[in-house]
Amino acid sequence: MEILESGTGELFHPPDPDGFREWVHKHKNTRLVSKIMSEQEAIARFVQDGDYIGTELYGTVRAPMSLIRELIRQGKKHLKVAGQGVHELDLLLAADLVDCLDITYIGWEIYGISSILRRAVESGRVKTAEWSNAAISWRFKAAAMGVSFIPVRSMLGTDTFKYSAAKVVKDPWTGKPVCLLPALYLDVGLIHVHQADEYGNCRIEGISGFAFELARASKKLIISAEEIISNEEIRRYPERTIIPYYLVDAVVPAKYGSHPGEMCYRYWRDEEHLLQFYRDSADPEKTKAYLDRWVYGCRNHDEYIKLVGTERLKKLEMEIGGR
Amino acid sequence: MNSKYNEVEFLICLAASLMEDGTTAFVGTGIPMLAAALAKKTHAPNLVAVFEFGGTGASLENLPLAVGDSRTFHRAVAASGICDIMETAQRGFIEYGFLGAAQIDMYGNINTTVIGNYWPPKVRLPGSGGANDVGSHCWKNIIIIRQHDTKRFVPKVDFLTTPGYLNGPGARENAGLPPNTGPYRVVTNLALMDFEPNSKRMRLIGLNPGVTVEQVLANTGFDLLLADNIVINSEPTAEQLRILREEIDPEHYYI
Repeated sequence: MEILESGTGELFHPPDPDGFREWVHKHKNTRLVSKIMSEQEAIARFVQDGDYIGTELYGTVRAPMSLIRELIRQGKKHLKVAGQGVHELDLLLAADLVDCLDITYIGWEIYGISSILRRAVESGRVKTAEWSNAAISWRFKAAAMGVSFIPVRSMLGTDTFKYSAAKVVKDPWTGKPVCLLPALYLDVGLIHVHQADEYGNCRIEGISGFAFELARASKKLIISAEEIISNEEIRRYPERTIIPYYLVDAVVPAKYGSHPGEMCYRYWRDEEHLLQFYRDSADPEKTKAYLDRWVYGCRNHDEYIKLVGTERLKKLEMEIGGR
Repeated sequence: MNSKYNEVEFLICLAASLMEDGTTAFVGTGIPMLAAALAKKTHAPNLVAVFEFGGTGASLENLPLAVGDSRTFHRAVAASGICDIMETAQRGFIEYGFLGAAQIDMYGNINTTVIGNYWPPKVRLPGSGGANDVGSHCWKNIIIIRQHDTKRFVPKVDFLTTPGYLNGPGARENAGLPPNTGPYRVVTNLALMDFEPNSKRMRLIGLNPGVTVEQVLANTGFDLLLADNIVINSEPTAEQLRILREEIDPEHYYI
């Protein structure tokens, strides 16, 4: 296949489908054993310094915030991170745990741009390569397929391509240029779900973002769940399982695990908390104070939830839309 | 501008008027959400709003605050995921895309990545997000820019995040992008622009009430083409404003 152009961005994590196959063959199994554990144990056991991690969905929507806060408490360093993000990636960047970023979007949507991203990248501390949202998800999809690349028609003709690590080739069938994205196999995936059983069978309500792809692209997969349900319930409605248990390494019970983000049909986003963080994040000292209070100041998710307060959480439950 | 409405309200109403009933629109955060909601409640009840993380055909009764929040699929016809939505766009199902821009050039190329050099940048902006995909795959892209000035309308974008017509006629097709797609309209606080079919260059076609051609040219950092008949864009109707204020954004998140 004729390569017409190569992106000049760094490929932080080259695809290795055979390596992934060997790894899962050795480490994954189908034994029905309980994987319920605390977030401390899950992060300590399954995340190493220097790992490439992915999170799903994103910072104000069904994000694994309790796992992110634990990752920061344990100070896992030199991480490589994929994504679009809001609050979750802002926190990782603020805690200075990220070296490399396959970025598609980090910002605060209606509030504005991320001051924390600006400080991290403009100072030259964090290296970046560019992608589009679809491109990042399709890179996970390619990994989920067990191959090393996927052809797409995004990014063509742009600097987004030029500063990515994609390639443009001549399509052997149409003869037209097409963009090849390298598969993105993750060391660790972190996903927050509505329900899981003790073995790791997971259900997500509402949109599923890119949970299907990310779960299958991950060597190690840590699930946090609003609610633990029985295996019998899973088996009654198997079509609702988006992530089967054999992909999963840890199941962490985490009611309100997406706070201050929302969880559809359960609780609405904590607008006051998010807005206050966004305003504080403009100032490095106030950002540090946020981390001290809401992350380092809590030993675990239970303490965090106590700090947020039952009254506030009940209010958020009232505010979420029904079906 | 008439004091009966503000510039954001005007932009929303103008953007809403560009959407046809019975079509699909790829909707991002902010003004596009309000425009889509307004179009649905007025002239385009069968408009299908599509959100990148999986919502298709939401009722938009309550205004979403994020492109993946639960309001993007409230009373929707489907709640899938980002690959499904992006692949649907790539297969040619989505008519309108909406985009914002920190910088735009005369071919409708957009920058939302960096100001200055790429590395290290003077200002790091959020990045493409779904914009590059929307700009690559939707048939007609509507670009909304709240502040029409020479900082934003530039001869050359610092970083080409999302493709417009690249460097002119045929360039999108040569790059491998789907034929017959590209920027369709640019809506700003001053004017409405299209792209002249032969040169693919941006062209002034409508002025917002009270704005002059000279004012638009002075605030555009490249040679803007002028249509033979430049119209005055319609003011929002009382009914549009009422729906916008009372039903769509009563909490004034945007307006």
